[in-house]
Amino acid sequence: MLTKRIIPCLDVDKGRVVKGVKFFDHVDAGDPVEQARRYQADGADELVFYDISASHEGRQIMADLVREVADNVFMPLTVGGGIRTLDDAVRLIQAGAEKVSINSAAVKRPQLLAEVARRFGRCATVLGLDANRVMKDGVEVWEVFVNGGRVGTGIKVMDWVKQAEALGAGEIVLNVMNADGTTEGYDIEMTAAVSDAVSIPVVASGGAGSPEHMRQALVEGHADAALAASIFHFNKYTVQQVKQYLHEHGVPVRLV
Amino acid sequence: MISILDYRMGNLRSVQKAFEHAGAAARIITSADEVRQADKLVLPGVGAFGDAMDHLREQNLVDAIRAHVESGKLLLGICLGLQLLFDVGYEDGEHAGLGLVKGKCVRFDVDREMGLKVPHMGWNQLRLEKPCPLFDGLPEGAGVYFVHSYHVVPDDRSVIATTTDYGHPFVSSIATGNIMAMQFHPEKSQSAGLKILSNFARL
Repeated sequence: MLTKRIIPCLDVDKGRVVKGVKFFDHVDAGDPVEQARRYQADGADELVFYDISASHEGRQIMADLVREVADNVFMPLTVGGGIRTLDDAVRLIQAGAEKVSINSAAVKRPQLLAEVARRFGRCATVLGLDANRVMKDGVEVWEVFVNGGRVGTGIKVMDWVKQAEALGAGEIVLNVMNADGTTEGYDIEMTAAVSDAVSIPVVASGGAGSPEHMRQALVEGHADAALAASIFHFNKYTVQQVKQYLHEHGVPVRLV
Repeated sequence: MISILDYRMGNLRSVQKAFEHAGAAARIITSADEVRQADKLVLPGVGAFGDAMDHLREQNLVDAIRAHVESGKLLLGICLGLQLLFDVGYEDGEHAGLGLVKGKCVRFDVDREMGLKVPHMGWNQLRLEKPCPLFDGLPEGAGVYFVHSYHVVPDDRSVIATTTDYGHPFVSSIATGNIMAMQFHPEKSQSAGLKILSNFARL
């Protein structure tokens, strides 16, 4: 049976792994290749590298970094952040990424998802989505944000995920910003709503603070995978500890 | 020496590096001449079935691959490289494949039928259907990494080496004569995958 995936996310700025709290304040967490090796040994099912540097120079470093990681660890790698064009996606996939996660650029030009899917297949095309719960005229709206979570778009989350699936996305990473970096738990309600609305896999992101949070995302949140950063980077839990907990609570995981 | 065929369907560097990590020398080749000189040939690939066949034809590789198989030398297909071995694929229309194995490649219908997600993406287990040296030394129920929306359906079930459950059992690898091929990505399957590649290199 298909197991639920546990995915450490490594935010990368100019070649270093960092982890932010609520998106804006970043703390240095280490060398990417060394981190990737450590997570492979710990039983991570996949790794996400998210480029937050976004400058031209930073993007070049990212492709080099992906090549170096892919030459040394033999597991699926997803790269996100700063992918604006098909050429950006080509460069990262040629460097060894399994999948590319497209976020702001897909909002600005949805056809980019279709272009990447046409070139590399739906399986390589991931929609990265930063969502926020915001109040508008006294009513709560689930809104899509772009540019690292700084800018609201007015687009509703549920509309966007269905459109992205129709365009060619093969997976959605749903990062709920109200929860991101808080370690107070994923947004289970929004994760379940998105997962139920599409027929492609959904990765829960934002808010993981404990193995129980991950169980909630995978069971009550109907997510296919759970992504986390700080609880792993700062050795609060190992991937093995999380998987052992999930296994004991009846969630199918790959134990190595 | 392992020869990995590059026909412009995805990155092959991971496959090459994984073979090297498993202790086998591997090179990337692109031409029909190089295919003719190859000893063990690997046909990897990700992307669409129709595009892949177009690329193989444009690079004049179809006859060279068939000749390689007819000569009795080993062929290893990975992911799309498994699917292309069959007579026909139904991804975005109907496309003729290499026809080296009788059968077809069809989309998973478990999303419409059972509410499962497609692509089938993540780690799943192999059930050995017959003895196959590729899987020697793997722990029972070893997990390997899959990412695909289509799967193969052979006419002759005796070619099936392993099956995997996703709603229903589907064919996750085949072995028939000198042809071996797998739907999952050994080059992305950590130690289990490296073991499979090392087994192939030793054949």
